[in-house]
Amino acid sequence: MQSNWSQDSAAETQGLTVEQAIANLQSPDLSLRYYAAWWLGKFRVNTPAAVEALIVALEDEADRTELGGYPLRRNAARALGKLGDTQAVPGLIRCLACDDYYVREAAAQSLGMLDAPTAIPALMELLTGGVEAAVAIPGRPHLTQPYDSVIEALGALQAKQAISLIQPFLEHPQAKVQYAATRAMYQLTQQDSYGQRLMQALEGNDLQLRRTALSDLGAIGYLPAREAIARCAVENSFKLLALKGLLEHQVKLHETLTQDAIQVMNLMDSLL
Amino acid sequence: AAVKDLASAEVAAGISTLIAVLGYNNPTAAAAAVQGLIQIGSLAVQPLIAQLDDYNYGARAYAIRALAAIADPRALDILLASAATDFAPSVRRAAAKGLGALRWSELATNERSTVQTKALETLELIIKDADWSIRYAAVVGLQGLATTSELQIQDKFAQILATEKDAAVRSRVQLAQSQLFRTTSD
Repeated sequence: MQSNWSQDSAAETQGLTVEQAIANLQSPDLSLRYYAAWWLGKFRVNTPAAVEALIVALEDEADRTELGGYPLRRNAARALGKLGDTQAVPGLIRCLACDDYYVREAAAQSLGMLDAPTAIPALMELLTGGVEAAVAIPGRPHLTQPYDSVIEALGALQAKQAISLIQPFLEHPQAKVQYAATRAMYQLTQQDSYGQRLMQALEGNDLQLRRTALSDLGAIGYLPAREAIARCAVENSFKLLALKGLLEHQVKLHETLTQDAIQVMNLMDSLL
Repeated sequence: AAVKDLASAEVAAGISTLIAVLGYNNPTAAAAAVQGLIQIGSLAVQPLIAQLDDYNYGARAYAIRALAAIADPRALDILLASAATDFAPSVRRAAAKGLGALRWSELATNERSTVQTKALETLELIIKDADWSIRYAAVVGLQGLATTSELQIQDKFAQILATEKDAAVRSRVQLAQSQLFRTTSD
């Protein structure tokens, strides 16, 4: 794995050095640990020492919330997804069984980003019970499992064996779970109707959901949505990011710049 | 003359109203106001600069987009500063794009190259930014500058490609190269 970390990045690092950040992961001051984990992810410090220290932090017992959550584990799991080192995969798979919902959520997202097919069985496990089990936990702002993140990861990992498990979630009462299922079903089947459904979601009334649909369309690189993305009533930053997803998808498929890719860039230029 | 004064007073009041709309946090209204300001053109430049909203980056991004599209070189200093140091990426992107599109012909010939070099230096600075969208906008600005100025900067694009890792920014550099090559060989 080639390191993204270079001297050039050092100018951006806001006070910490790599050595300090790694040392801070073991600091007696728990807030320094928490910040260091975030910092290593933010600046994509994927040196072996940083990755190793973050993997250790996935098992941290010191940093606990009143409700029993593990803040440091959450940040470490998020950071490891950004660092692109697959050594983190086994530790992240263990995190899928953590009591803390947010640790499971971060781990699912990072496993999707790390392109880790070995995580597929453990991710599918979290969908056990189907839509009936996917209900809100009383007193908490979330469902029993991080369904949207798990389903998105399975889509990204091309888990075709999960299609029948994911499909019922198209009818989940929560829109963001529906969108996650729609996005994954598109990735797993390449059926246009799923892309169209996400494109229609750009016309919805809720700004947060329009942003989610934008990010889903970017993630699946759904080219027919390009004009609708550029027109959508959402901040330009979100639209640029979605169009970037479309563009990168085109670049992956074709060696040279296609007319489609150029049209996407023209739209991006108009949003600057 | 009285009618003319009245007309310009109305234009001035209209400009102020349009600029105020940029800060209403209403994207549809703001987009319409930007179009209105662009149509007014040069008369709107000084008011846009004077009324730039230090506290509302959304309003500032709209104002900078209007200034970029009007392309009056009096906006140069505010575009340079916004591209380099504004904390809001949306403002920086709009300014970077605008730096490539100013109407240099409105400046005295002896001033032009100094001023164009300033624009180039700022774009070269932000082409190293950590945020891909700022780098993308800098490429758009550089392509504009290569087209509108007398500066010879074709080589810069190859230099950017040598180190740029982001696929979208790389694509935009390649598009710039293909379009610049086409126009110079015509």
